[in-house]
Amino acid sequence: MEHTFAPATGVLSNIWLLVAVPLASATILLLLGKRSDRWGHWLGVASVAASFVLGLIFFVNLSGLDPARRSAELSLWDFIVVGDLKVDFGLLFDPLAGVFVLLITGVGSLIHLYAVGYMEHDPGRRKFFAYFNLFVSAMLLLVLGNNYVMLYFGWEGVGLASYLLISFWYTRPSAATAGKKAFLMNRVGDAGLAIGIFLMFTELGSTQYDDVFNGVDSMAAGTILVMGILLLLGACGKSGQFPLQAWLPDAMEGPTPVSALIHAATMVTAGVYLIARSNPIFSANTTLQLVVVSIGAITLLMGCLIGAAKDDIKRILAWSTVSQIGYMFLGVGLGGGAYALAIIHLLAHGFFKANMFLGAGSVMHGMHDQVDIRRFGGLSKHMKITWLTFGTGWLAIIGIPPLSGYFSKEPIIAAAFEREVVWEAWVFGGAALLGAGLTAFYMTRLFVLTFHGPARWTEDNQHPHESPAIMTIPLILLAAGSIGAGYLMSTSVPDWLNPVFGTAAAEGEAHGVLSHAVITILSLLVTVIGAGLAWALFRKGTALEPEPAGVLVTAARRNLYTDAFNEAVFERPGIYLTRALVFLDNKGIDGLVNGIAAGIGGGSGRLRRLQTGFVRSYALSMLTGAMLVVGAFLAIQLGWLA
Amino acid sequence: MDPLKLPPIDYGALLPMLILFGAACLGVLVEVAVPRRARNAVQLSLALIAVVAALVAVVLERGTRTITIGGAVAVDGPTLFLQGAILVLGGVSLMLIGERSVERGGAFVSEAAVTVGSQRDMQQTSGQPGATEVYPLSVFALGGMLLFVAANDLLTMFVALEVFSLPLYLLCALARRRRLLSQEAALKYFLLGSYASAFFLFGVAFIYGFAGGIQLGEVHEAVANPQRSEVLLYVGLGMVAIGLLFKAALAPFHVWTPDVYQGAPTPVTAFMAACTKVAAFGALLRVLYVAFEGVRWDFQPVLGGIAVLTMFIGAVLAVTQTDLKRLLAYSSIANAGYLMVGVLALNDEGLSSTMFYLVAYGFSVLAAFAIISLVRDPDGEATHLSKWAGIGRKSPLLAGVFTFILLAFAGIPLTSGFTSKFAVFGAAVEGGQTWLVIFGVITSMLLAFPYLRVVVLMWLSEPGESTPAVSIPGFLTSAVLALGVIVTVALGVVPAPLIELTRDAAEFVR
Repeated sequence: MEHTFAPATGVLSNIWLLVAVPLASATILLLLGKRSDRWGHWLGVASVAASFVLGLIFFVNLSGLDPARRSAELSLWDFIVVGDLKVDFGLLFDPLAGVFVLLITGVGSLIHLYAVGYMEHDPGRRKFFAYFNLFVSAMLLLVLGNNYVMLYFGWEGVGLASYLLISFWYTRPSAATAGKKAFLMNRVGDAGLAIGIFLMFTELGSTQYDDVFNGVDSMAAGTILVMGILLLLGACGKSGQFPLQAWLPDAMEGPTPVSALIHAATMVTAGVYLIARSNPIFSANTTLQLVVVSIGAITLLMGCLIGAAKDDIKRILAWSTVSQIGYMFLGVGLGGGAYALAIIHLLAHGFFKANMFLGAGSVMHGMHDQVDIRRFGGLSKHMKITWLTFGTGWLAIIGIPPLSGYFSKEPIIAAAFEREVVWEAWVFGGAALLGAGLTAFYMTRLFVLTFHGPARWTEDNQHPHESPAIMTIPLILLAAGSIGAGYLMSTSVPDWLNPVFGTAAAEGEAHGVLSHAVITILSLLVTVIGAGLAWALFRKGTALEPEPAGVLVTAARRNLYTDAFNEAVFERPGIYLTRALVFLDNKGIDGLVNGIAAGIGGGSGRLRRLQTGFVRSYALSMLTGAMLVVGAFLAIQLGWLA
Repeated sequence: MDPLKLPPIDYGALLPMLILFGAACLGVLVEVAVPRRARNAVQLSLALIAVVAALVAVVLERGTRTITIGGAVAVDGPTLFLQGAILVLGGVSLMLIGERSVERGGAFVSEAAVTVGSQRDMQQTSGQPGATEVYPLSVFALGGMLLFVAANDLLTMFVALEVFSLPLYLLCALARRRRLLSQEAALKYFLLGSYASAFFLFGVAFIYGFAGGIQLGEVHEAVANPQRSEVLLYVGLGMVAIGLLFKAALAPFHVWTPDVYQGAPTPVTAFMAACTKVAAFGALLRVLYVAFEGVRWDFQPVLGGIAVLTMFIGAVLAVTQTDLKRLLAYSSIANAGYLMVGVLALNDEGLSSTMFYLVAYGFSVLAAFAIISLVRDPDGEATHLSKWAGIGRKSPLLAGVFTFILLAFAGIPLTSGFTSKFAVFGAAVEGGQTWLVIFGVITSMLLAFPYLRVVVLMWLSEPGESTPAVSIPGFLTSAVLALGVIVTVALGVVPAPLIELTRDAAEFVR
């Protein structure tokens, strides 16, 4: 398939505004400083809302174009021109970018609005909104770039913004550490992405999307595999996928709106975007697809297991994010029609996860920042709106029809069962199915322990209350999205994304190891079993302290020992290596350097004595020099040296 | 017997020298005719006008490629470029020499022969106006330098050498403060200079014996088709080279440099560091490139060894210096080594990069000595390093400018020090002298230490009780400082125009 993008015309030639408006707002807020404290947050909200409106206008315009040429590429200026390397500062608004823009600005606007209430008592609220706008701007650049360097630019931009936001309460050591951890683990992935882009340039001489995609056929299979793995490493870092998942749950140290916007709805989906955007590369190599699918399956199970053992409401949600993105990776790895399914799940997840994170924030707001679900219980009576909206999110994520999760997740499970190789179909389909059951279990546990059963509140925390309207209105809107969006998207998005992914979504007539109807029944069955089990177990509450548990639960509580693994395999040897290098530097290199310096100093001191100040000795040294010079010439002449 | 015939003389080509010598003679008359009060202003104006006029003459002659007065003087690209460089740097030095507002009466004493420590000496030290003879002396020296770089036969070259050396010996003795040190420096310079001149002259005799002529072109012919024993050639070449190496301050003929730089009045030190260097290397380039190019394989290793020795001695000894003027003296010795690396490239690049280096270094070193002349305590200039501790707190602007100049000496990019070193090293690699470049880079690293130590001392040390005040520079010194810094930046950032100019000029006539 030939990849070309139509140039931006008419209204669409203004797509740069999408990035520029939030960026301008961030700049104003940062530059004006305290002077904008009183109205700064409203500017922040307005700029993202304006981007959303612009995004809608562009989206409508884009949908009016002929499907075969449904894209708008806009070259603003030459960004980098060095030798053979030429990088555009260019944007691309196509169906894929379009849905991302709507998700980012739409959900982003609601979360911004919510944050006005959530951060009301925080002295740094203006700065928070500046970073928030910066993040939105960078994220939009990431999805709107028309080449990999622009994507990388946005990629690093969101990395920076997320670092600033995770460590927003930087006086807390845990927040500062979490920010650092996120930053470092992302560097690992970013390095992969960067090298992948270098490889593109050396192999294809360009980083423009169209050039790269058209050049895929000319590359050797091995090169495609390497390039894909490098991109995948970047994607894993940003999306918190195995083996780079450890930073994401720790990132919950940031304010809750950050968790909702960055670590649920937008930034962590950048990895999925990268793979979906690079679909010509990933589709070109089946080994590569197998790797992506495996990572998705491993991560989704891992997220479920750990999520089931945690007691911190935000961390459970974080691990469930890890797990749900695992489903998306599974989807993009399956390729073909499943690309669109992954994007649908991504959009649906953006709604219900943002909804639940904000709901968790609302609970914490009413419970003095308590995050331990063992100390909640019975909140349904005190926080009606939060309870109802959270409930829709819960039903959506576990996949109860007709909520959105059912329409987005179940097709991915079905697609996994349709792998051509039989063992792969069973392994990946089975994993996805098992994940659905586990998700139902731990999300029900979270929901029941928080909102139902006996109250287990701490003594200083006896007056839970509902949050103000500015926080609940976004919750209601997001809940509406969680209910209705799934069905709407599952019918329209595959066709919409057809120009990007090329192949029409596979129709139901696929030849899986199980028929579609059986899979639907099975997935509903495991969901009901998981949810029912959790309800039965936790209906009466739970112990207030961790209880002794079996091997699996202990392992899950400790993040399946992944942190311990990282510590043992990377951190310790890293520390030892550093120490060894410091030792070598101190004793060896410094010794050498200091030795040379001392030698020169000493030599200098000795040579200085030759400078006696007596003309006679100067004359003598000149005479000696003269004899040597003339002697050397004569020696050469007489052939002694030559 | 044939009647004596005058050789044809191209007065246009000689005009710059004629202007300077004429102005110098006029300056001597001014000493007699103009009242003492007005003398300084008149002399300074006369000298500067002469320099500017000579510079104009050089520019007007820019296309000339000729040998005139019976083969004694060659006016070609390098001659004109180097003459221009000497005139520009000399003019700037004259501004430093003419500065009267930093110290009462200027940096020079009125009567150099008065017994040091006597009543009259005390009197003249405390504010009597300095001798105005310094201007004609400087102009004579400048004229000699112009002739030195243009000399096309070895005897003319010797005469020019003496013409510019003798005024310098005198100028060294005229420091207002530390009279004994100044007199001692002058005497040492004179004795060792005469010693070196003797080598030069003896060498000329040997060359005459070998070639049967003293014109560089004749020597070139003889080197190509030797008629007599080559022992004469090599002994002669060695001895002529020694005379030139002495002026250029290359080891082991550098021994006078630290003592003379320290003892001479600072404006004179600046004058020597900038202009004498240009003149000495100009003559060295001409002798080696024009006359002895045919035996390059023989002299390259010997002079290369001298270059390496010079770089090492300059860099290593700079490390332990405690006096700023001596430190800069050793730095100037090391720089002579780097210049020698460029000379020994023995190609057009070598010629042009050496000329570029001379200009770049000249401006930086003038600025450096201008700054030294400003930091004073009751005994005059405070050149001991300990006095400079914490001066960055007291006068950040001055310390900042000095830091910049030191960074330029250390060869940090975006300064002329980087571009000029890069140019000579590049030329040497092209000329197959990579080994010299390796030593050059090593010694550059060594040399960075003393420079940075001064920087650290100025900014990171606490100012002590004895940290001297910084004088407010007069107009002339300010102008020198500004020029030095601007040129150092400009040649570091946009060196291309000057490099083009040196490339266009890089061809000798033979």
